[in-house]
Amino acid sequence: MFSNRTFNIVVPLISVVLGLLAGALIMLAFGYNPVAGYAAMWNGAFGDAYFLGETVRQVTPYVLSGLAVAFAMRAGLLNIGVEGQVIVGWLAAVWVGTAFGMPPVVHVIVALLAAAVAGSLWGFVPGLLKAKLGVHEVIVTIMMNYIALYLSNSIIRSLMTDGSDRTDNVAETASLAAPWLREITFFSRIHYGFVVALLMAFTMWFVLNKTTRGFELRAVGSNPFASEYSGMKVGRNIIIAMVISGGFAGLAGAMEGLGTFQYASVSSGFTNIGFDGIAVALLGANTAIGVVLAAILFGTLKIGALNMPTEAGVPTELVDIVIALIILFVASGYIIRWAFLKFSKEGK
Amino acid sequence: MDYVIEMLNIRKEFPGIVANDDITLQVQKGEIHALLGENGAGKSTLMNVLFGLYKPEKGSIKVNGKEVNIEDPNVANELGIGMVHQHFMLVDTFTVTENIVLGSEPSKAGTVDIKAAEKEVQALSEKYGLNVDATAKIRDISVGMQQRVEILKTLYRGAEILILDEPTAVLTPQEIKELIQIMQDLVKEGKSIILITHKLKEIMQVCDKCTIIRKGKGIGTVDVNETNPTELASLMVGREVNFKTDKTPGSPTETALSIKDLRVKDSRGVEMVKGLNLDVRKGEILGIAGVDGNGQTELVEALTGLKKSSSGQVSLNNNSIYNLEPRKVTEAGVAHIPQDRHKHGLLLDFPIGENMVLQNYYMEPNSKNGILNFKKIYEKARSLIKEYDVRTPDEYTKARALSGGNQQKAIIAREVDRSPDLLIAAQPTRGLDVGAIEFIHSKLIEERDKQRAVLLVSFELDEIMNVSDRIAVMFDGQIIAEVKPEETDEQELGLLMAGRKSEKRGEA
Ligand SMILES: Nc1ncnc2c1ncn2[C@@H]1O[C@H](COP(=O)(O)OP(=O)(O)OP(=O)(O)O)[C@@H](O)[C@H]1O
Ligand SMILES: [Mg+2]
Repeated sequence: MFSNRTFNIVVPLISVVLGLLAGALIMLAFGYNPVAGYAAMWNGAFGDAYFLGETVRQVTPYVLSGLAVAFAMRAGLLNIGVEGQVIVGWLAAVWVGTAFGMPPVVHVIVALLAAAVAGSLWGFVPGLLKAKLGVHEVIVTIMMNYIALYLSNSIIRSLMTDGSDRTDNVAETASLAAPWLREITFFSRIHYGFVVALLMAFTMWFVLNKTTRGFELRAVGSNPFASEYSGMKVGRNIIIAMVISGGFAGLAGAMEGLGTFQYASVSSGFTNIGFDGIAVALLGANTAIGVVLAAILFGTLKIGALNMPTEAGVPTELVDIVIALIILFVASGYIIRWAFLKFSKEGK
Repeated sequence: MDYVIEMLNIRKEFPGIVANDDITLQVQKGEIHALLGENGAGKSTLMNVLFGLYKPEKGSIKVNGKEVNIEDPNVANELGIGMVHQHFMLVDTFTVTENIVLGSEPSKAGTVDIKAAEKEVQALSEKYGLNVDATAKIRDISVGMQQRVEILKTLYRGAEILILDEPTAVLTPQEIKELIQIMQDLVKEGKSIILITHKLKEIMQVCDKCTIIRKGKGIGTVDVNETNPTELASLMVGREVNFKTDKTPGSPTETALSIKDLRVKDSRGVEMVKGLNLDVRKGEILGIAGVDGNGQTELVEALTGLKKSSSGQVSLNNNSIYNLEPRKVTEAGVAHIPQDRHKHGLLLDFPIGENMVLQNYYMEPNSKNGILNFKKIYEKARSLIKEYDVRTPDEYTKARALSGGNQQKAIIAREVDRSPDLLIAAQPTRGLDVGAIEFIHSKLIEERDKQRAVLLVSFELDEIMNVSDRIAVMFDGQIIAEVKPEETDEQELGLLMAGRKSEKRGEA
């Protein structure tokens, strides 16, 4: 009745609808008006140009962190370390942005590259350990997250500043700022990063589906034994997958460092961009286009939620619950799949 | 007449293909009923319908005379229907008992009572002479044992009717003998068995009735006592079938593959190939006969680069291929039809067309500068599918959706098409129908006639005897004898394979 492809579209859609419905029920249960709540969310995300600008800004790093998780997943790897790779990418971008003087355009490109390289390096380590010693990537990437966080804090404090909690702003030549876009969006923090994100989404699609490298990566993810039989180097592909995945993650960090904030600061906890990337990838079925759509949904929910307390009196925690419910429904997507099959069997 | 199972006028469609078209199957209590048909004829599909995995578009099913609606395998279980699938469904890291109780765990105070289950499983195993160790881990036991675990699983759930989908395809001749004994004991206890097999000998030996399917259509049911293999084969294929491969003698020339004092350890570090010496010449098919577990798997994996050897020399046309990586071995001119098609041979979730270029996707014309040329890849796949008669709706269908035999044909198409200097074929006809076997054998001989070297590893003595120009007997990691097929017989080979050096000829 349905092809696999249709399933990949229908199942997440249903999950989203179910998540929103469940959220509505919860709002009702706590005595809030769900219609007013969702209306406030809509206005908060798309209500005027400012909100639209902020939504785009929020979506940008989600696209990249989602791509990072999805890319590794396609090669059969669970990269929980996107969070740490985002942090080192952020730091590297800001370092290049503050410590060097370069011509415009060149400077920002070098800063972006530095972020990608830093993220790649952070992905390389778990990839290497997995390929050579068989250490499971989940364990190593989780540890690498903490190393990234505390290392970044200490570098900011003792190397990039004199004990201060935040760096200087990056040079204008290294900034992703888009003044004209900011102006037409009533000074939202929108920046050119979304172009980078879309470019990378295209890159991922192209690499995975059109190149021999992508063929190998997917093959290794699908059946490492058959891949080895056919002459592919399984270990090398694992490393490459982690390096590219880390590169995407590093760029996600650069979006914040060169775009949204223009600096890096000491932080007591994770950014969550990387962790949210896991949900984005899951919702997007690990495809490039799916990730872009899922990131848009996520960013919209996050930004729209900010408006819910002011306009409808719904606490932000409820929005987190709605998001969590959507993820839950996607994760249990196979139940929906099963129900569909059963339904279609009976229908015959 | 009382039937335990009646499947009447069943029709089942898949996108682009009618897998079952008006098939009727009636099984009596206490009989072994064979289901015969070419690869892709729809046997597994029909059984999956009976087991509740597929819902038929048309037709009805009666169990013990009552019409039933088998919605899912649980309903089938309740009706006393058990199935052992063509490809096993066991959890590798679980024990035998854990696998058997999975899904119907006996519980005591909310926890699984595994000790009680173990006792029960052991008792069942003894009752039917299955000889299974209830506490062993699946990954540590042989394929034959795993199959018995699958049989036990169905018995544990109270199956009265057992469906065995090509159980003998993966077994050694000895294991087949034991399985036949088990089946006969089961029917004595009043169970009924539906047996899918491509081996006509087995049907003649153990079955009472045989239902034949051709290209999805039911051809009819015959009494095994009143038929013979030739009739069965022609009913199945719809034309006369040639059993004995026509083979002109080969004209071998110089040595192609030369193996000297090769030693290989298995994954546990036990030496399995112990100083093996062997030559295969251009223009000859060398058959390796031997009982499973005497180092054949390790030998093939070492030759193809999947496993590192610990010492020795291997060369192909005077160039060393010793311990090269798989890709280097391939590029040196070796093709390999692997023993385990699902593990090594195919990317099941990739289209069959892309599976056809597994070893040369990176070469022109399949790709250029790292960019794949799907148009060329699928063009090639289309022509291979046609030439090798791989039955599939199209070249974009996932490999998983092909019938077992057609998956094998696709692999063979891919390997033979590269026209390698050395073709290593490990169990190449496992699970193939007689027509397809005939075809594969003629392909192997065709390769030989093109002056290629062919190394055939098979547990099937018939195959070894019919196809080989020279037979090497492998025992305990060494070649202990070499014989000519026309100068030996099954009996002598059997003795040699058991490790007894030939008395007639002395040391080879
Ligand atoms: N899940 C599926 N989706 C699409 N087509 C399928 C599916 N399963 C089987 N088919 C097709 O239905 C036909 C019958 O397949 P089936 O597996 O029943 O054959 P079979 O008789 O068991 O063959 P074999 O002896 O090779 O195992 C084949 O053409 C196969 O490609
Ligand atoms: Mg089958």
